[in-house]
Amino acid sequence: MPAPIASPRTAAAAAVLPIQVIAPARGWVPIRMRELWEYRELLYFLVWREVKIRYKQAVLGVAWAVLQPFLTMVIFSVVFGRFANMPSDGLPYPVFAYCALLPWQLFTFSLTESSNSVVANQRLITKVYFPRVMMPIAAVGVGLLDFVISFVVLLCLIGFYGAYYGISVGAGVWTVPLWALLAMMTALGVGFWLSALNVKYRDIRYTVPFLAQLWFFATPVVYPTSIVPEQWRLLFALNPMVGVVDGFRWALLGKTNAPDATVAISIGAVCVMFVAGLFYFRRMERTFADVI
Amino acid sequence: MSVAAISADRLTKRYQLGQREAYGALRDSIARMVKAPVRAARRLAGQTLGRPPRRKWISALDQVSFDIAEGEIVGIVGRNGSGKSTLLKVLSRITDPTSGHAVVRGRVGSLLEVGTGFHPELTGRENVFLNGAILGMRRAEIRRKFDEIVAFAEVESFVDTVVKHYSSGMQMRLAFAVAAHLEPEILFIDEVLAVGDAAFQQKCLGKMQEVNRGGRTVLLVSHQMNQLRRLCSRCLWLQSGRLAGAGPAAQILGAYEASFRRGAQREADAEDGDTKQAKFLSWCLSAHEPSRGNVLTTTGPTEVTFRLEVRTPIRRARHGIALLSPTGQNLWGTAVTELEFAPGIYELTHSLPGIPIQPGVYFWQVSIYTDDGMIDLWDCLPDLIVSTPPMTHYRDEYAGVLNLPSQFTLRSAPESDLVAEANISA
Repeated sequence: MPAPIASPRTAAAAAVLPIQVIAPARGWVPIRMRELWEYRELLYFLVWREVKIRYKQAVLGVAWAVLQPFLTMVIFSVVFGRFANMPSDGLPYPVFAYCALLPWQLFTFSLTESSNSVVANQRLITKVYFPRVMMPIAAVGVGLLDFVISFVVLLCLIGFYGAYYGISVGAGVWTVPLWALLAMMTALGVGFWLSALNVKYRDIRYTVPFLAQLWFFATPVVYPTSIVPEQWRLLFALNPMVGVVDGFRWALLGKTNAPDATVAISIGAVCVMFVAGLFYFRRMERTFADVI
Repeated sequence: MSVAAISADRLTKRYQLGQREAYGALRDSIARMVKAPVRAARRLAGQTLGRPPRRKWISALDQVSFDIAEGEIVGIVGRNGSGKSTLLKVLSRITDPTSGHAVVRGRVGSLLEVGTGFHPELTGRENVFLNGAILGMRRAEIRRKFDEIVAFAEVESFVDTVVKHYSSGMQMRLAFAVAAHLEPEILFIDEVLAVGDAAFQQKCLGKMQEVNRGGRTVLLVSHQMNQLRRLCSRCLWLQSGRLAGAGPAAQILGAYEASFRRGAQREADAEDGDTKQAKFLSWCLSAHEPSRGNVLTTTGPTEVTFRLEVRTPIRRARHGIALLSPTGQNLWGTAVTELEFAPGIYELTHSLPGIPIQPGVYFWQVSIYTDDGMIDLWDCLPDLIVSTPPMTHYRDEYAGVLNLPSQFTLRSAPESDLVAEANISA
């Protein structure tokens, strides 16, 4: 029988050890940014894992990231641009649509994946401790990678059409990361809520595609904001994706109106959703392992 | 004792029965929400209209308190569902306690399942990094230990093969190897040392001992008593969520194992009550130092004494004694015959030249019977705890059953013998 072995650690070193108090938490709890920072490498690995796995055994591989928005754009161009004669603020419809599809797909992908993220990682949740918010955040990180790839295609598209229609990348191109960030934050703001709810109510899984579809029509992807009646614009702008899509078009094509006060409304709405979602998630996460 | 690495104070975790299945329908929740004002109104009115909704709760952990010193290896035993895993989950912050609290000093690594986060579509190399990150290792740390991990798992030639093509044993070994190279101050391990073949298990045990020599604290759940006996200095025993015992490993493990037999014994006692002609009362090792009570510490001469209460005279009685392993294997037995008893209390003493068996927990079985049948048969409690210095092979699977001191000499054989041997083989 081995005898207890005294620790060689000195008292001074022991004092440095982190002390964790485990006690039941009630109500709202702080976000603990420092801990999130300490786990940043896990975030990296979670994103990396998803990226690695997604295109394994797929012949076309990463090409899917480009094909999806591209084919959607073609369909939209035929249905909405050609048949329905949808106005496009004087821009060639394919460019007009693709330009909006990019942030839109970043958003829907992020929304869907983050909503399912906690449930999809059931094993991890019940067997390992880590800040649970890493799961929805990592899901969004994967969407960002797809976005970057299809963005390159968009630039080619603009170059191609630019020759005919005299459009070129606008001066606001540097604001693109800002719009992408806004789209991701919107997705996360909702994703925090839905992923936490999904743990308890699997109904969410069926709700998300429906929600995404409704949201699609409330966002000027296939139509321009200019066809929305003036008196509804402020209400319209409460949908943060309006600001994102309009901002994106302005940044890349420069032909549409520059973002105005309505963007501030969008940004405000995003921030409220994001922070509220984060706190709600933190509040719910302690029951995840018991309920999932 | 040094500072407590872990100190738990009345930790309690309650689950609503069937809660795990209770997800799924938002409409139920909505229904509850709608009914909530009605219930509240009822409560206010102090009425119970109809049956109030009954909720069953079970305590997975019930007021569990203990302290674990820095550098200790502590085992946790208990039947299935006694709260062992819940305790580790609460301590590793996977789930919150319902009440009570615990203080944990130091970085925690928990290994509640082998291969958590392993993905079949990734290669061995990729999984090592992923799993390491999930268990809380830094990328630099994993990179530094990568070769060591792969060598430990014995999968060197397959590191770049997709894990789904691994055998399950290889997967397990790799997963355990990652976890074994964690370097937190406190390590929680749940029933995972049982992976791989005997040789690999041995390696795992060695690794655990090495971990502990580094001064780290380990809390270990296992059903393998021998493993716990070898590794742990102390043990906690959980019984339906409560702490049934805490103390030196040999003592707790003995009591835990005895509890299985005690259940059967009690039933037998209840059956024949006080109608027996005679009944065994107690047993002990001889009062000679240093072995006494139920702990044997010497391989030398030993006496063991059983007390027998005789109520009615017995003629031509026989008395049997057997030494059994925890699994019930008979290791030794003998019997004496032609005994005459008048009513009274007797001491039956057996003198033995030594009990040369491997350290562990065993038990005596004694009997008193005549040609007409059994009078009393007793699986003795407490168990015999053999805590002699082992003189056996350092690897468990080769150690065998006996603990015999042996002498070894090595010399070159005389040449004449060699010639003789050559003739035989020719």
